Amino acid sequence: MSARSAAQPSAVSRLTASTEGRLAVIAVAVFLGMALMSPDKFLSVQNLTSMAFQFPEFAILALAMTITMLTGGIDLSVVGIANMTAIIAALILTRATGSGDGWGVLAFALSASVAVGLLAGLFNGILIAKLGLPPILATLGSGLIFTGIAIAMTGGSAVMGFPAATAWIGNSTILGIPAPVILFALLAIGISLLLTRTGFGIKLRMFGANPLAARYAAIDIDAMLIRVYMLSGALAAVSGMVVMSRANSAKADYGSSYLLLAVLIAVLGGVNPYGGYGRVIGVVLAVLSMQFLSSGMNMLQVSNFARELIWGTLLIFVMVMNTWRTRPRNA
Amino acid sequence: MPDALVTLDGVTKTYSGITALDGVSLSIAAGEAVCLAGENGSGKSTLIKILAGVEQADSGRIAFAGQTQGPLNPRLSAAAGIKVIFQDFSLFPNLTVAENIAFSAEIGAGARLYRRARIRALATRTLERIGVDIPLNVAVETLSVAHKQLVAICRALATEARLIIMDEPTTALTEREVRVLLDIIRRLKADGVAVLFVSHKLAEVLEVCEHVVVLRNGQKVAEGPASDFDAASLTRHMTGRDVAGAPPAPLPADAPVLMQVDGLNKDGACTDISFTLHAGEVLGISGLLGSGRTALAKALFGLVAPDRGSITLNGKRVATGNPLAAAEAGIGYVPEDRLTEGLFLTQSILQNIAIGRLDAHGNGAGVLDLPALLGEARDWLTRLSVKTANPDAPVRSLSGGNQQRVVLARWMARSPRVLILNGPSVGVDVGSKSEIHGIIAGLAAQGLGVIVISDDLPEVLATCHRVLVMKAGRITEEFDARAVSETELAHRLAS
Amino acid sequence: MKAGAMKLDWTRNETLVALVILGFCTAAAISDPGFLSLATLTDLLRGGIVLGIFAVAALIVLISGGIDVSFTAVAAFTMYVTAMILNAALPWLPWWAALAFGMAVGACLGAVNGVLIAFFGLPTLIVTLGTMSIFRGTMLTFIGQKQITTLPPGMRDFGRMMLLRGENADGSFYSLHGAFVVTVLVVMLTWTILHRTMLGRQIFAIGGSEESARRIGINVRKVQFFVYIYVGALAGLAGIIHASMARVANPFDLVGLELSVIAAVVLGGARLAGGHGTLTGTILGVALIVLVRNSLIVLGIPSTWQSVTIGCLILLGTGLPAWQAKRAAARAA
Repeated sequence: MSARSAAQPSAVSRLTASTEGRLAVIAVAVFLGMALMSPDKFLSVQNLTSMAFQFPEFAILALAMTITMLTGGIDLSVVGIANMTAIIAALILTRATGSGDGWGVLAFALSASVAVGLLAGLFNGILIAKLGLPPILATLGSGLIFTGIAIAMTGGSAVMGFPAATAWIGNSTILGIPAPVILFALLAIGISLLLTRTGFGIKLRMFGANPLAARYAAIDIDAMLIRVYMLSGALAAVSGMVVMSRANSAKADYGSSYLLLAVLIAVLGGVNPYGGYGRVIGVVLAVLSMQFLSSGMNMLQVSNFARELIWGTLLIFVMVMNTWRTRPRNA
Repeated sequence: MPDALVTLDGVTKTYSGITALDGVSLSIAAGEAVCLAGENGSGKSTLIKILAGVEQADSGRIAFAGQTQGPLNPRLSAAAGIKVIFQDFSLFPNLTVAENIAFSAEIGAGARLYRRARIRALATRTLERIGVDIPLNVAVETLSVAHKQLVAICRALATEARLIIMDEPTTALTEREVRVLLDIIRRLKADGVAVLFVSHKLAEVLEVCEHVVVLRNGQKVAEGPASDFDAASLTRHMTGRDVAGAPPAPLPADAPVLMQVDGLNKDGACTDISFTLHAGEVLGISGLLGSGRTALAKALFGLVAPDRGSITLNGKRVATGNPLAAAEAGIGYVPEDRLTEGLFLTQSILQNIAIGRLDAHGNGAGVLDLPALLGEARDWLTRLSVKTANPDAPVRSLSGGNQQRVVLARWMARSPRVLILNGPSVGVDVGSKSEIHGIIAGLAAQGLGVIVISDDLPEVLATCHRVLVMKAGRITEEFDARAVSETELAHRLAS
Repeated sequence: MKAGAMKLDWTRNETLVALVILGFCTAAAISDPGFLSLATLTDLLRGGIVLGIFAVAALIVLISGGIDVSFTAVAAFTMYVTAMILNAALPWLPWWAALAFGMAVGACLGAVNGVLIAFFGLPTLIVTLGTMSIFRGTMLTFIGQKQITTLPPGMRDFGRMMLLRGENADGSFYSLHGAFVVTVLVVMLTWTILHRTMLGRQIFAIGGSEESARRIGINVRKVQFFVYIYVGALAGLAGIIHASMARVANPFDLVGLELSVIAAVVLGGARLAGGHGTLTGTILGVALIVLVRNSLIVLGIPSTWQSVTIGCLILLGTGLPAWQAKRAAARAA
């Protein structure tokens, strides 16, 4: 009906009709705004590169959050998993130095951490699918356990002293592009294809839209949920690897602010926290907007903490805009 | 003549271009009981919402005791003594019986403090007034449906109630419970309280009513004293034609047994259910709400795990308690509540069909052949003549009849061998209803076994070969659909 | 503790938590007879002062069917800003006025949540996530990041108030802070609101069914608005008490506690879906969390395992009822 009443929608109104369209406008506007305010600093190669190294670690967590939110759930254990798996990888890397150039050990440590991430996700998935715990409580509890294991393994101190090869994940560039960005791009494309082109992706979105109808449509819900949380765990582990490589150390309490940030990015990216709607492109645009904003703020000598303020404001602003636009239709 | 308690005059309401109520006029006097009859979608619920102040009329006049009202809201309507008992009762499951009964009275009185003694006294008094005994201190979530309804009636009475509107009051009640309800209504009328029954099956309450109003497609199509109506004439006015078509042609005597159910039992839901279903047969299962008919349907489809008993399809045992196994074996289930159980409302029409065929169109790695998958879904839209301008629009944009066809298409695309339809035409307009009956006949002609679960008796008699009657979780009787009348069947159901 | 006197009801979280506490204390007393001392008790009570007020706040929101993660940020903001304003402009305010001032600041911040939730109808988790960042970001960006070590006189006075003080046989000291009385008063006030006023019953009603509440004419917006203001005021109060007891206003304190507080409340039987929750359960949940934080070491479990223990308790405390409910649902068909 709305399509008919607005007979010839302008290009602008068509763009802003979808959450992703509005986000694209915001991302471009923020980028241009920052570039205009301080062109020599914001557009410098150095700044662009440093931005590109900064965002992938929390952007990957946001991807994990996205897939769990699509099912109407949430994964509050991602940071716990990231730190726990990073510490396991770090312990492997520090124990096994001296054997060759470190590439073999690195590969082993990486696979071990992803495997542990999958296991941690399996644990979450069983709690949620088989025992029927609400995802928010299951992952709140398991997150404390994973963080606790990380503390118990290290006594709370940082693990460091890795072979040189470790730096490759977080600090190298390939054809001038920072490795973490390439990693994030590959994961984002992969998740996007998974969500739109596979039965699994369609099932998890449909389940998020109406879990009861999914059961009545004979969808294998338990297996699907378990796989969702395993995937989330594996993504968290990858993010943990990037953090470990960039910090050249692993610690149980790294990135604790990333949890809320990941939720925030997913919601800002248009993912419906009650499930059923969300696109990877929206999440990517939300990540970029946030990174441009916070970098720009840094350029302008605004305190680090202004970032938090701006993120929060942006989140509330977007939510108010979304309800304001949909309200007349609901009435 | 004194002013009527409530007068509606030419009330019209449209929702985004669709007229739900079209110039409806109606008046109710104190102490009078009125039947408002109509099929789903006839505008009854819109009328209730307007009287309750939940929705505002676009035009027309509403007067309480002769006073024309401005825009209503729930508080104004409640203050005028109009109390609605919604079909879901709108109780607070977590609060006690006493609190539920007294809540609106206390709010209406502007009470700030929670006065326990007063609340208990009010609840006791109100329960006594209708002559029933329910413990005051138990949480409402633990009550039976009939008791919940009584609590809802008490809540309406606990305040100054002049008109009580009851939405679908009898669907969940046994014949005995209906009689209790009717006695209560008589007492209320003697007290000068007016009652408006709103329902699509009103034969039970006709005896206490003075006046009948029938709605169809938002318009008032018939009105008169209750003595002028009977069950048949009500149906005729509601549907706009005589009782639905002839029963299906008899089943050939050599039709092979398709499904065999043996001693299926689930404590507290259904007891020792055994029956056979033949290829090409349409089997009706009828019973009141709470008779176990839906529990049985769920058990057949694996949504409820039975404690014992077996289901055999084409000679092979079907694993019970697992919908995946049931679907795999070729059993399909079109649920009762389309909106919450059947459809993914926010998702596209095509995806709502395609969700059943993901495995058929995916390769080993789960990657879908999207063109084939969506093409097939599109094809089904055409075959079941679902009317839509845009198959990518959310399924919620469709009308009830078209939505039901989407759920049917999802299962038909899987070529099932047995299809269980629970309330196949609930909330569907008259035209779509007969088309859905046509689809059912077509499925049976292809050799499928179809089970129709319904308390819409004309529908059962028009579609089924055989009818099983359920009561208190058991199959109590079996009829040849050609050999039983609607009145007889209605009596068997509720006695 | 209370469970011994009551008929044991296994379906209630309170019973479960009380038994775990009992078991914990028994085991601790066996491994260290010195555990059963006044000092342990006062430590436990002291640990429960701020956490207890937070938990009561979280409980009210959960009962109303929402969830609030911003209350720690409200508390931090309030204590920091109040200390700063009182130092600069109102140093003569007595301690009780300082507490009231904090409650007022907290209530204003709570009103922001209230407007967004009650009037814009936004999801509570998302709103409070956002406002949490906003409150914290505003404080750290525009107001300050340095600790305030010289508290205003009113807060200093309050920080020195002790209910009782004494020396153990081994020469160590024990004391119970006067703020414990405030926590007790908060619990009593909240109990009165929840169980003796229609407002409280309306909070339960909204949590039970918001749609039904609207239909019988409850002003849902007004009630929700009250809930978030009240929670803000309690959080502000907790912030002032925290700073007074610590004798420093550190803007980096408190934030990060929110999930543990919600965990304590849920352990005590409050349901995320709304409409259910008791103060008894909440107090028991807080007691268990404080006990684990303070006394895990007595059982011979290193304190590095604290977080694992609390995580396991949450999974057990929410997992058992969830699993029972799932089985009951399967039974009932």
